[in-house]
Amino acid sequence: MQDIVLFSQAWWTEPLGTWMAWTRATIAFFLFIVAAIGSMGVWEYYSPGGAPRRGVFAIDTTRGDRLFLSLLGSAFIFMAWLYVFGTPLWWPLGICGLWTIFTFRYV
Amino acid sequence: MNKTVNQKAWFLVLPVLVLVAFNAIVPLITVVNYSVQETFGNNVFFWSGITWFEDVLRSPRFHASLGRQLTFTFTILAIEVPLGVLIALAMPRKGIWVSVCLVLMAMPLLIPWNVVGAMWNIFALPEIGLLGKTLNAMGFDYNYTRQPGDAWFTLILMDVWHWTSLVVLLAYAGLVSIPDAYYQAAKIDGASSWAIFRYIQLPKMKRVLTIAILLRFMDSFNIYTEPSVLTGGGPGNSTTLLSIDLVKIALGQFDLGPAAAMSLIYFLVILLLSWIFYTVMTRDEANQ
Repeated sequence: MQDIVLFSQAWWTEPLGTWMAWTRATIAFFLFIVAAIGSMGVWEYYSPGGAPRRGVFAIDTTRGDRLFLSLLGSAFIFMAWLYVFGTPLWWPLGICGLWTIFTFRYV
Repeated sequence: MNKTVNQKAWFLVLPVLVLVAFNAIVPLITVVNYSVQETFGNNVFFWSGITWFEDVLRSPRFHASLGRQLTFTFTILAIEVPLGVLIALAMPRKGIWVSVCLVLMAMPLLIPWNVVGAMWNIFALPEIGLLGKTLNAMGFDYNYTRQPGDAWFTLILMDVWHWTSLVVLLAYAGLVSIPDAYYQAAKIDGASSWAIFRYIQLPKMKRVLTIAILLRFMDSFNIYTEPSVLTGGGPGNSTTLLSIDLVKIALGQFDLGPAAAMSLIYFLVILLLSWIFYTVMTRDEANQ
């Protein structure tokens, strides 16, 4: 245990031997999801404006819908990239960033 | 008038939240954790990263089951929805026959899924089953345990028998809620029965049909018990739908990592398709 360097790949991916088979990487993933949902609440509190609006796809979306769409779309961007090109996944990460910006601004 | 703002009512949702957490959220999170690791049991894990996702996404076996699943789901939707609407239109709206029809329609829905599978398994057996023997006596070479085409025919027939009733009941509920005034107006205008269907009945049924299509889509995409009892995925792999394949990988081969990755992909496909269905079907409503 002691030879694992903090924040190294081994540190992130080491199975913690807990119930539900947690690793630090998957904890970080779920913290990110929770933070994303939580920040929607904070955003709405300080700057209300989450009412539905009509975007480029001609569908009514709220801010929450747009978060859902950007996450779901990101999952499919990653899967498509994995299917076509395989690893590494830095490029699709960038595409997901652009997709998220696009979704929040225009959809 | 001042309304009291009291958010404490949210605490009443807490029991449901706990229930959902334990029967849906915790298992789902565990599946995510499993999907990036390898295990040989005994709660010992090894990190494997996204290997399983890459394997599943590129495996011909997964593509084949996904293809079969989509074929199955869209075939039964294409049959059950129009058929259900037709039957609902043909059902009486008044009189004693209403309850008779409703009870008859509800019958298949009351039968447990594994019993439906077992019933059709015996019903369609080529040597002793009523359906199988009759078809063979009529000169058809029918054997669902050997021929993939026959297995598919039986599978779809079984699902149509079991679930069209749901569409009928929902569509019927939509139909009886239309006030008589609409029909009287249509009569005065001399509308044809097609025009009545197209401009009165169909729009009024839209909301319940949306629910019917969504329910049938999600249920048929998740279908496991009936085909598993009827054909067990065979002959060969010809009726191995996604859920049957998933169980084979997870429980048959005990490959929990790949099975977890596959169920997540499966879940995302259902989520995307349901969202598309829902958005497309409710879009016009928002336009009005």
